[in-house]
Amino acid sequence: MSLLHVKNLHVRVEETEILKGVDLEVNMGEVHAIMGPNGSGKSTLAQVLAGREEYEVTEGQVLYKGQDLLELPPEDRAREGLFMAFQYPVEIPGVSNVYFLKAALNAIRKHREQEEMDAMEFLSYVREKMKVVKMEETLLQRPVNEGFSGGEKKRNEIFHMAVLDPVLGILDETDSGLDIDALKIVAEGVNSLRSEKRSFVVITHYQRLLNYIVPNHVHVLVDGKIVRSGGKELAEELEDKGYVWLEDKLEMPVGV
Amino acid sequence: MADNSTDILEQRVEQEYQAGFVTDVEQETFPPGLDEDVIRKLSAKKREPEWMTEWRLSAYRKWLEMKEPTWANITYKPVDYQAISYYSAPKSQADGPKSLDEVDPEILRTYEKLGIPLHEQQMLAGVAVDAVFDSVSVATTFREKLAEAGVIFCPISEAIREHPELVKKYLGSVVPQGDNFFAALNSAVFSDGSFVYIPKGVKCPMELSTYFRINAMNTGQFERTLIIAEEGAKVSYLEGCTAPMRDENQLHAAVVELYAHADADIKYSTVQNWYPGDRETGVGGIFNFVTKRGLAAGRRAKISWTQVETGSSITWKYPSCVLKGDGSVGEFYSVALSKGRQQADTGTKMIHVGKNTTSTIISKGISAGHGQNTYRGQVKILKGADNARNFSQCDSMLIGDQCGAHTFPYIDVQNPSAGMEHEASTSKIGEDQIFYCNQRGIDTEDALSMIVNGFCKEVFNELPMEFAVEARKLLEISLEGSVG
Ligand SMILES: Nc1ncnc2c1ncn2[C@@H]1O[C@H](COP(=O)(O)OP(=O)(O)OP(=O)(O)O)[C@@H](O)[C@H]1O
Ligand SMILES: [Mg+2]
Repeated sequence: MSLLHVKNLHVRVEETEILKGVDLEVNMGEVHAIMGPNGSGKSTLAQVLAGREEYEVTEGQVLYKGQDLLELPPEDRAREGLFMAFQYPVEIPGVSNVYFLKAALNAIRKHREQEEMDAMEFLSYVREKMKVVKMEETLLQRPVNEGFSGGEKKRNEIFHMAVLDPVLGILDETDSGLDIDALKIVAEGVNSLRSEKRSFVVITHYQRLLNYIVPNHVHVLVDGKIVRSGGKELAEELEDKGYVWLEDKLEMPVGV
Repeated sequence: MADNSTDILEQRVEQEYQAGFVTDVEQETFPPGLDEDVIRKLSAKKREPEWMTEWRLSAYRKWLEMKEPTWANITYKPVDYQAISYYSAPKSQADGPKSLDEVDPEILRTYEKLGIPLHEQQMLAGVAVDAVFDSVSVATTFREKLAEAGVIFCPISEAIREHPELVKKYLGSVVPQGDNFFAALNSAVFSDGSFVYIPKGVKCPMELSTYFRINAMNTGQFERTLIIAEEGAKVSYLEGCTAPMRDENQLHAAVVELYAHADADIKYSTVQNWYPGDRETGVGGIFNFVTKRGLAAGRRAKISWTQVETGSSITWKYPSCVLKGDGSVGEFYSVALSKGRQQADTGTKMIHVGKNTTSTIISKGISAGHGQNTYRGQVKILKGADNARNFSQCDSMLIGDQCGAHTFPYIDVQNPSAGMEHEASTSKIGEDQIFYCNQRGIDTEDALSMIVNGFCKEVFNELPMEFAVEARKLLEISLEGSVG
């Protein structure tokens, strides 16, 4: 069954059209990779799916669990199990990571009519999840992302994902800025969360990540459109040839 | 900001003042107006000794010579001092309370509505409360327990009668009658307030706390608080304030004096939630003109001010420390929120007189709606203050784009060995931060209070535990409806 179905999605920021008709179907349990040059609209797609409001959807439709996703406010999308790991995670001074996560998890649980977790329960739950990305205890008590190194921020995003237990995880360049060890840890973390009941959309520039997180499908986004889709071998091809050969192909017939 | 968040922020600003009810009790109120006769009448009403009446009159004569200050970064309609009544008391309280049983149940209900349980069994463990209703102190709880430790905690009107030697010695010793316009007025007409005396070496066994409430119309509230900590004594004191909604602005001109002897430690916390006035027009609301000063008189004495200011139409307030004793310490931790048409001009003064004195200033200003927030701080290092140290940090947060934050640090260093550090920042609550919270399932309203609370954390950490929770809640309520 398809978990996420993006149909002919057109998105505009201020006066510029950024997404120019994106189609994407993600089934339950699948991992999709999205690659593409800088500025092609990958983050825009992720942000629109997560509910960022500056982006105006001018055409198209997005179904999530068979329902109109674009109607929901961002917090309800999150509560329905949509998670986005930010390319640039935001700092929230004075709010501890653990406090933040408890508020987040309980908001989600409340929405699902589950009982809220108290502090003790939550702490033991969170300690389990920390193992997923080998998080250090000190990062729990520190303010959300404040003063975290680039790599720590990315790892923290995956940690949040593990705690919030989403149905769809959208990872926006979580591998950028990671050293090779951290990359492996993050990839292992994601792999350990892979299941038949969870899907991922992984945005990346590097085939390297896809050696660890092996995708079912790879898509190439160029200038706001998916210009090629294929299996994991497409990523390898891109690594060799770059994006130019795809861009050339696109320009002529479409002529937007 | 994106539409959705702005809407929610706006709805939050719509939230009306929650403590704005009026209590229906019979009041005895002086007709408006001020002259020497009114002061004599007031003094007689309070059965004060002659020296006190004279003290008031001499303050009044000074006040007549003084001009209202105009330098604060605030604008308001001039106050007509002849249109204010200088005494208002619930009738049944005219003789002062003897025990809780004698307090008018209607007044007790008021405090309950405000969330201040006066009955001892309902009280936060270990907090002694003195409640001032309009001009009269209504009830002081836990007095016996405190008396065992030798602590005096009572209405100042009572202290004047029962402990005249202490009052005579210390009243006006930190804030002289002629210190400023509002202090002079207060000295002339102060109605009630709290008196605290902690004997040598005694650590006060519980938090002391006062709640002020202005109920009657067109009255001014002029409390006077005097706290004395003898050598090695320690006390933590908290005041909280509310007022009903009125169309007329009400004047609140308090004076607080703290006197710390050697090795004494006085911590004074304020959670202020006076009626801020109409959101659109600014009509009504409290004019809060307060003089608060602590004297760290002896060696290693410590004075610490913590304030959370969310109310009032206009706030004009600079709790200050005079660090006279060698090695004495002054601290100022402040959160000031101004929204709607509120104007806050607040900050501190740290006067370093003794050697090796240190001061710390942490100020967090939050402006929302059309609120204007001014930090005004003065650090003065006098000639003899060798090796004085000051650290100041002033952060401002803006919610929406019609509000303002202003910072005026004044630094006056007369001794070259001084060490000064100053940090300042201004941030706008970011759409990014709110979206990040939303993406994790947290709605905008909760995100906003989380972010603001995080911003204020260093100050809340300074509040006694029970009150930190209260302050957080208060801030949340106050923020409901925060962008225009
Ligand atoms: N809020 C915005 N305002 C104006 N332009 C924007 C905004 N957000 C994105 N854009 C523009 O849209 C285009 C696509 O940006 P996007 O961040 O989606 O690219 P990307 O594929 O994620 O790139 P990268 O690989 O560098 O992360 C860029 O040209 C960018 O400048
Ligand atoms: Mg991007």
